Amino acid sequence: MAAHRCCFPVWLFILCSFSLFIIAGSQETTVAPEQHASVLDNPQTAAETAEQTAGESGGVEERRWEGTEVRDAAAQKQAEPAVLQPTPQPKDDFQEELVVRPLHSGDIYASFQFRTLWETDFMRGNKVSHYRLFPKSLGQVISKFSVRELHISFTQGYWRTMQWGQPYLPSPPGAELWVWFQDSVTDVDATWKELTNVLSGIFCASLNFIDSTNTVQPSASFKPLGIGNVTDHRFLRYATLPREIVCTENLTPWKKLLPCGSKAGLAVLLKSEKLFHSSFHSQAVHIRPVCQDWQCKTTSWELRQTLNVVFDLHNSGQGKREWSLFKMFSRTLTEACPLASSSKIYIDITDNPEGEQFELSPATSLLSQAMVLGDRRTFSVYDLTQQDTFGSVRSLNLLIRWKSTEGDMLRPLLHAERYVAGYGLQTGEIHTLMYNHHPYRSFPVLLLDSVPWYLRLYIHTLTVTSKGKDNKPSYIHYQPSKDRVRPHLLEMLVQLPPNSVTEVTVQFERALLKWTEYTPDPNHGFYVGSSVISSLVPSTVAMDTNSTRERPLFSSFFPCKEESSYFVRVYTEPLLVNLPTPDFSMPYNVICLTCTVVAVGYGSLYNLLTRSFQIEEPSPGLAKRIANVIRKMRGVPPL
Amino acid sequence: MGLLSDPNRRRALINLLTRLNAPICVVCYMAGVAWFMGLAFEPFTLRTYMSENAMGSTMVEERFPSGERAVATGREFAAHKKKVSGMPVEWLVKTMQARGLEVYTQRFSRTLPFPDENKERYMVKGTNVYGILRAPRAPRTEALVLSAPCTPGDNNNQAVGLLLGLAQYFRNQIYWAKDIIFLVNDHDLIGMQAWLEGYHHTNTTGMDWSPLQGRGGSIQAALSLELSSDVVTSMDLVLEGLNGQLPNLDLANLFYAFCQKIGVLCTIQGKLQRNDWDSVSGYSHAVQTMMLMVMKQASGRPWGDHGLFLRYHIEAATIKGINSFRQYKTDATTIGRLLEGMYRKLNNLLERLHQSYFFYLMPSLSHFVSIGYYMPAFGLLAVILLLRALDLWVQLATPPPTTEDGIADIEQVRHAHSSSPGVLSVLTPLVISHLTGAALYMLPIRFQEMAVEHFPVSETEAVVLTAIAVYTAGLALPHNTHRLLSGEGTEQGWRVLKLVALLYLAVLLGCTALINFSLGFILALTLVPAAAFVTPHVPKVLSAFVLVILSPACTLLFSVFFFQELQEMPVSFLDGWLLYLSVISQGILDHFLYGSLVYPLIALLVYPCWLLFWNILFWK
Repeated sequence: MAAHRCCFPVWLFILCSFSLFIIAGSQETTVAPEQHASVLDNPQTAAETAEQTAGESGGVEERRWEGTEVRDAAAQKQAEPAVLQPTPQPKDDFQEELVVRPLHSGDIYASFQFRTLWETDFMRGNKVSHYRLFPKSLGQVISKFSVRELHISFTQGYWRTMQWGQPYLPSPPGAELWVWFQDSVTDVDATWKELTNVLSGIFCASLNFIDSTNTVQPSASFKPLGIGNVTDHRFLRYATLPREIVCTENLTPWKKLLPCGSKAGLAVLLKSEKLFHSSFHSQAVHIRPVCQDWQCKTTSWELRQTLNVVFDLHNSGQGKREWSLFKMFSRTLTEACPLASSSKIYIDITDNPEGEQFELSPATSLLSQAMVLGDRRTFSVYDLTQQDTFGSVRSLNLLIRWKSTEGDMLRPLLHAERYVAGYGLQTGEIHTLMYNHHPYRSFPVLLLDSVPWYLRLYIHTLTVTSKGKDNKPSYIHYQPSKDRVRPHLLEMLVQLPPNSVTEVTVQFERALLKWTEYTPDPNHGFYVGSSVISSLVPSTVAMDTNSTRERPLFSSFFPCKEESSYFVRVYTEPLLVNLPTPDFSMPYNVICLTCTVVAVGYGSLYNLLTRSFQIEEPSPGLAKRIANVIRKMRGVPPL
Repeated sequence: MGLLSDPNRRRALINLLTRLNAPICVVCYMAGVAWFMGLAFEPFTLRTYMSENAMGSTMVEERFPSGERAVATGREFAAHKKKVSGMPVEWLVKTMQARGLEVYTQRFSRTLPFPDENKERYMVKGTNVYGILRAPRAPRTEALVLSAPCTPGDNNNQAVGLLLGLAQYFRNQIYWAKDIIFLVNDHDLIGMQAWLEGYHHTNTTGMDWSPLQGRGGSIQAALSLELSSDVVTSMDLVLEGLNGQLPNLDLANLFYAFCQKIGVLCTIQGKLQRNDWDSVSGYSHAVQTMMLMVMKQASGRPWGDHGLFLRYHIEAATIKGINSFRQYKTDATTIGRLLEGMYRKLNNLLERLHQSYFFYLMPSLSHFVSIGYYMPAFGLLAVILLLRALDLWVQLATPPPTTEDGIADIEQVRHAHSSSPGVLSVLTPLVISHLTGAALYMLPIRFQEMAVEHFPVSETEAVVLTAIAVYTAGLALPHNTHRLLSGEGTEQGWRVLKLVALLYLAVLLGCTALINFSLGFILALTLVPAAAFVTPHVPKVLSAFVLVILSPACTLLFSVFFFQELQEMPVSFLDGWLLYLSVISQGILDHFLYGSLVYPLIALLVYPCWLLFWNILFWK
């Protein structure tokens, strides 16, 4: 039981963070199309479920223990203002954590989360000028552009759902930016344009390439994750840059936003030479307003910086199947960030209860449980604020040694893929496949497709089929493109039947661009951003027939709806499409040749066609002409 | 162009052209042939050079160490193949998975239109196995393919072994920017066709295949490996693909560059390069190499598994290991290094291969003839058709010679008017010859069952013999045409028909040569003289014989013998005839299995065009 003694704060935190994350997705209540109401209501309940199940699963003793802790926490929180009133201290808070998940495939997934909470109001007239933990550059962005919510991610690589399962925070390859503006903003497009340029400078990225041709306003797929009830999608802008390449120059400004920089705490592990020696790298910044306390009397701004990275077993293991912090990041941990109120490392040991898959050292007594993505996971916890975590050598180097061999491919409940079909440079067909691997549940998904204008979609060819039958989407939002102005936007609500593949196909024609519109490398092809599939997926917990093992019988008879679904967002791979491209390699030859052909061929033909031919009178000789002059003078007709 | 707008000078030019028409045509023909033969002469050709910057300046290091192990894997593969007598799918899946690839399989089945006697197959069922090496931090937008066919018998085991060895080695490298697909295709080209159709989700040939589960985005380049011995003496590069399409020349340059770097003997068309271009034997060697390429390209069939990639705008080539009696041997490690180097360079590509030539001929691996150099040879042949057409046009346009007697003149004119050829006299032969062509295209496949029932032949023989029968039956066309025509054909009539036929042939050959130069040139070599000389007034029997000799079918027959001669495998007439029959059946199969266009081109367009000339010869 000692193991469980200390796990509570951790678990509370996880609970809070996940529930916040999920609740946020569900906050919107005034959804525009009614079809979504059912979908979008669910995340809220899912989050509640998460809490419930987590609470129940703990067992009786822990239950009691949790109660006291909550009271403690509440008491602390109440006490805090009372104590701090005389000297008004900035009400901000910083937490850092690292989750390490040994993946099924033998690879390892490390997910950093840094969270800064600040109870302030950027929007009121008074200018916020004193910054402590919250980065000033972002604070100014929020106040200047009246941003309500900002989500930006830079990803290098594609998340392999079939091998790695679901990520904690999904993101598409390249850069993704979506922003909810305050409803006080009058000219959203201009603000958006300015904002992207500013962010481009902050993150050293090509976000300035975001313009009206790749920006869309999704009507249903992206809802505010923070508090607030404005869901009018006029204030939402969404754009992706699938071509964006993420590297060190994006990591450095990202690290600079952290209170401790990369000097102390978990951030010392963020060494670019190792982070970019991986299979997947994704860094993100999420800003949103959240509730400060349970009653939600005051709001505070949450800045969440996340970094996800997957290390490849084959690339970096020299034959040995073992991972350590040093091997992954070429650093070990010696201290927590002094500014952090909590600093923890979680290792997912759910698949490894008896240590049969891998061996973890140094061992920890702390354990934690959380509902993550519809599954109940168990974590070993290392609290960096405790000195004894670092042991006698005063440094923490976690080591995971694999025992089992590589697993087969996973069958995640929901995954998707996309490709371009056909050949030739005139037409083509985009196929999007969505797999529902649930044995008996069907569930709805929202598909968002944003296709650049130079692929002219033939929307009448749109077909949705599952199991060989036509599957009529219950909601379609389609905004046709305008050449050189805006992209196609296609949103659909599709019901995926159980254990099936749903295929969405739409044909397109490749446009011939103007010659200045081609990129410097036209033969590389043109990118089409990932489709976004958002869904409430029935939880795997509900599928578990042996769930009674861990729960009292009375709690588990009805497969209660709330606990059995969770929110998932899946991104498909981006597409690379070749457009008809002129041969730019020899413009001079081409120009010369065409000019010659036109001049010689056309000119002479034109000449022949327009000239009128007359038989020319041979000019008379000199004598005759003189004679004629004389005859004229004499008034006699000429010869 | 004042030359043409001045009526006097125009008249003079036209007079010159009509008066000297025959000599000019002969000179053009000779010049065309001479030009073509000159293409293989080394001083007239260009050295190959790498155009793609992304593959040029940065040399890569080749470190592939485990050729021995690859050969051992190949042996293991052979054992498993023998055990299941076919594609050892399970073993391959397991082996690829153990090497850290994402492995998928694809089943396919295809019933051929008639049994393929060369490869002894009719109802084909098979499974392709492919593993994808996911490039780290790449978004699955680009891929490269390395394929090895799983052929029955003892062939190509080493290729599969090396493929697996390379997969294992590549998997541990960090530098990949494109996914690499390792494909082992069953039933060689049919499996490849199924895989490519599945990958691009098209169905051009009516094959049944199960959809692919994993993809790697748009394929940038592909290599197909054929290796049947543990050590080789040289590596051969095969470029000719479906419909005579060729990969970008940079792919050949890449192969050549790495062969030079690593020190592997490399050949094209199985011919080593020689340095003595100034000697007669050196020149004839280059001519042989080039002629082999021309013959292969003209056949329009894929000469390796790579050939089907080209349709999808994927640059591809086949690399064959050849083991001959030379002393100097190259082991699997070196071949692995060669491939590793090529793949690393292809991996560096920023754009698709597009910088270099797509239309070329190669008299040796280090020299090439670009489209600008070989097109004049065809142009000189094609201009003959235009000159003859001009001649006819002038003859038709000039009024009949005036006589002293005015009344007779008027009568003659009236006579000429009344008998001036109607549309019908030109249209009828055109339509009938095209119908014959359509019959040649359709009947062989349709009638095979009937033929098998009534005659003691196999299906394949039935198809080929029906084709020959329809072809021969077309020779009776003039009689049928005349029966349909009202009255007698006139002088004017055949001239108009010939004018139409000449222009038709010129357009047809011109278009063919643009797409597949070799086919266009070979057809022009035989059809142009036939088209130029034929009139109703030449001696019938002799001309008929010459015309038959110059017909497309006989061209094919000569080509078969010539090809064997070039390959230094001359055959007796009987063997040649059998080979000829099998070539016909292969051509028809290529059309139905892979969508080769040579058979429909010959049957639907070239043969009817030739029939028009045949018709003119027997004009009454």
